[in-house]
Amino acid sequence: MTTRMRLAISRPTKGSSGKTGSWRVFRPVVDKEKCNACGICAMLCPEAAIDEELEVDLEYCKGCGICAHECPKSAISMKREEK
Amino acid sequence: MTEIPTEEYILKCTSACAGCSDTLTLRYVLKAAGPDMVLVVPACCTSVIQGAYPNTAMNVPVYNVAFAAAAACASGMSAAFQAAGRKTRVIVYAGDGGTVDIGIQSLSGAFERGTDFLYICYDNEAYGNTGMQRSGSTPAGARTTTTPAGKVQTKKDLDGIVAAHNPPYMATACAAYPRDLFKKVEKALSIRGPKFIHVLAPCPPGWRFSSEKSVEMGKLAVKTGMWILYEREQGKVTISGPSKAAMIKPLPLEEYLAPQGRFKGIDAASVALLKAQAEKTAKRLLREEEGTC
Repeated sequence: MTTRMRLAISRPTKGSSGKTGSWRVFRPVVDKEKCNACGICAMLCPEAAIDEELEVDLEYCKGCGICAHECPKSAISMKREEK
Repeated sequence: MTEIPTEEYILKCTSACAGCSDTLTLRYVLKAAGPDMVLVVPACCTSVIQGAYPNTAMNVPVYNVAFAAAAACASGMSAAFQAAGRKTRVIVYAGDGGTVDIGIQSLSGAFERGTDFLYICYDNEAYGNTGMQRSGSTPAGARTTTTPAGKVQTKKDLDGIVAAHNPPYMATACAAYPRDLFKKVEKALSIRGPKFIHVLAPCPPGWRFSSEKSVEMGKLAVKTGMWILYEREQGKVTISGPSKAAMIKPLPLEEYLAPQGRFKGIDAASVALLKAQAEKTAKRLLREEEGTC
């Protein structure tokens, strides 16, 4: 084993903190009729869970609600997750 | 307008709290820096949100170091890269505890030596990941777990301390204005020598507001004048757009304090103290911008 391998080095991996979507209590639902694709939601998402096509990655979205709160068109609403 | 690259250097997902402005800030710092960089992280929220060993969410090299050693470690790295003829950027990404209190001696040392690196302090105004204990950066009147009746002392003027080292570039930013933050990081990295950026990062669990208000709280801090965005290049102050607009007609300070649980039941004397401090800072910066101070 080389020294480099013995060192405690973490490797970049997707989902290193698990599927954080399971934390969610409220789910963002986009009303495509109202949305004018300004991209403010994607810009302000702390986890970059909204992609360029403005689709929310529900596997990882933690449901913080910043997107819904900051949307200038109020096109995103937060709906309670059903258990 | 500068285009912000679409690459993300944080893989989904960190274990940061929902609505965390630390990850929001880090996203734009990494976008501005690009892949050829090393992040030096002392003990702070960022060192615990990376994920569990042997995995990490960070898709850039990250060096986790002791609380007091971030800037010292970055100095060595910067010198080594220089000796090897590499242009790799060294960025320290530290919380307010690791900057204002524990890491201030190594920060001061690195700035005095003129190390070529960028120091970013994201300021959530308390020791966040250990349970919101007071730090030197906590404002007067704020309740933390170690100041349950509200902090008596005022916030330490970190920017004043850094400015006294005469760095070629320093700036303040806020997580709620990612474009402004991106531009400042990009500008800082184009300059040689020690650079400093102080970023206000509203913390939903620590400041006791619900997670969707993170960005709103940052904007309120700027609009009420509690946080002033500016740049200082070779000593010359330029107040940034959002703060310039806020200085003409600031919102009442109460609008910033009322939604935060940490300021619940704050006494009038502390509010007056905060107000006086904010006004004093604004006046001083305006004078410095005009060049009369």
